[in-house]
Amino acid sequence: MSKFKKQKSGELPAISTASLPDIVFMLLFFFMVATVMREDELMIENRLPNANQVEKLESKNKLIYIYIGKPSAQYQKIYGVTDVIQLGDKISSVSEVQTYVNSKRNDMPEDIQDEMMVSLKVDSNSKVGPLTDVKQELRDAMALKINYTAKKGDPMRNVKQ
Amino acid sequence: MAKRSAPEVNAGSMADIAFLLLIFFLVTTTIEVDSGIQSKLPPPIPDNTPPPPIKQKNIFQVLVNQYDQLQVEDESMEISELTEAAVAFLDNGGGEGPAACNYCEGERDPESSDNPDKAVISLVNDRQASYKMYVTVYNELVRAYTILRNRESERRYNETYENMYSRYKDWPETEKETPEYEKLGKQVDEIRDLYPLKLSEAEPQQG
Repeated sequence: MSKFKKQKSGELPAISTASLPDIVFMLLFFFMVATVMREDELMIENRLPNANQVEKLESKNKLIYIYIGKPSAQYQKIYGVTDVIQLGDKISSVSEVQTYVNSKRNDMPEDIQDEMMVSLKVDSNSKVGPLTDVKQELRDAMALKINYTAKKGDPMRNVKQ
Repeated sequence: MAKRSAPEVNAGSMADIAFLLLIFFLVTTTIEVDSGIQSKLPPPIPDNTPPPPIKQKNIFQVLVNQYDQLQVEDESMEISELTEAAVAFLDNGGGEGPAACNYCEGERDPESSDNPDKAVISLVNDRQASYKMYVTVYNELVRAYTILRNRESERRYNETYENMYSRYKDWPETEKETPEYEKLGKQVDEIRDLYPLKLSEAEPQQG
């Protein structure tokens, strides 16, 4: 009789969680591969605008980044609330741009120095003024290839309130 | 003798460890933006050089004031109409004799630009204007050039300029010696020279 014992029908069989680690590992590897660590610690707000006439940037070793934006909340006591320029990982003045660009350029291998490009990462809510000053400095430093870094998207979304 | 089996390792906590790592990577990493609008600055000029002579009709004046309002040729304009106006100006082809433009399809208005090579778009922005407005205006102006290049490229080579350009850029490194690559490069340059990007950014007004 015991051979034909009725199976208990009320309880659900336990779901096997053995494949859970596999799924999680898959996600983990995806994120490890797809994301890049940020090079510079940002001390400013930096929300990039949208544009649709974008081109892909040069490879990383040819790029110099310049950030412009309002200082983020914890730095506003030190740097105020107007737009500032960040070079590398510290906030600098306009006059330091030339020195910064030149020293970065000298660090590059000689054969790619001509292909150097400056990536301007400017917060979409900042004013044009500081950007113009930076561009003037870049002209004097003979760093003429620039790039207004922007997300690919509809530019009309920038101006819509 | 009974075979001694190795005790099974409990893998139940594996998921927890993996989750911990996953969350660490989720939090610490940001997906970098790696695209943008390409631009070239003019080289520095000596202080006392006179500006090159450009006829007034060959200049397309775009102005962004401190309230983010757009003014084109002294009249206010909505940003959605900017590209169309720029295309009309660049493609006008009102020149005669050596300055004539045989591929332009514009209205040939003698009061507007002679040909795309002579036509200059001048973008002046107030220092107090916002960057998002500036980028949008810049983007729309570049788009005007892209539209014209695409049109001309489709007519000559049955392929859009954007398509040709991206094919040229993504050409495999090992096959750059082939005649196909050189031909494509020549075509891209040709189309680009038909509608050269002449976007002048004057010193901005003091706000």
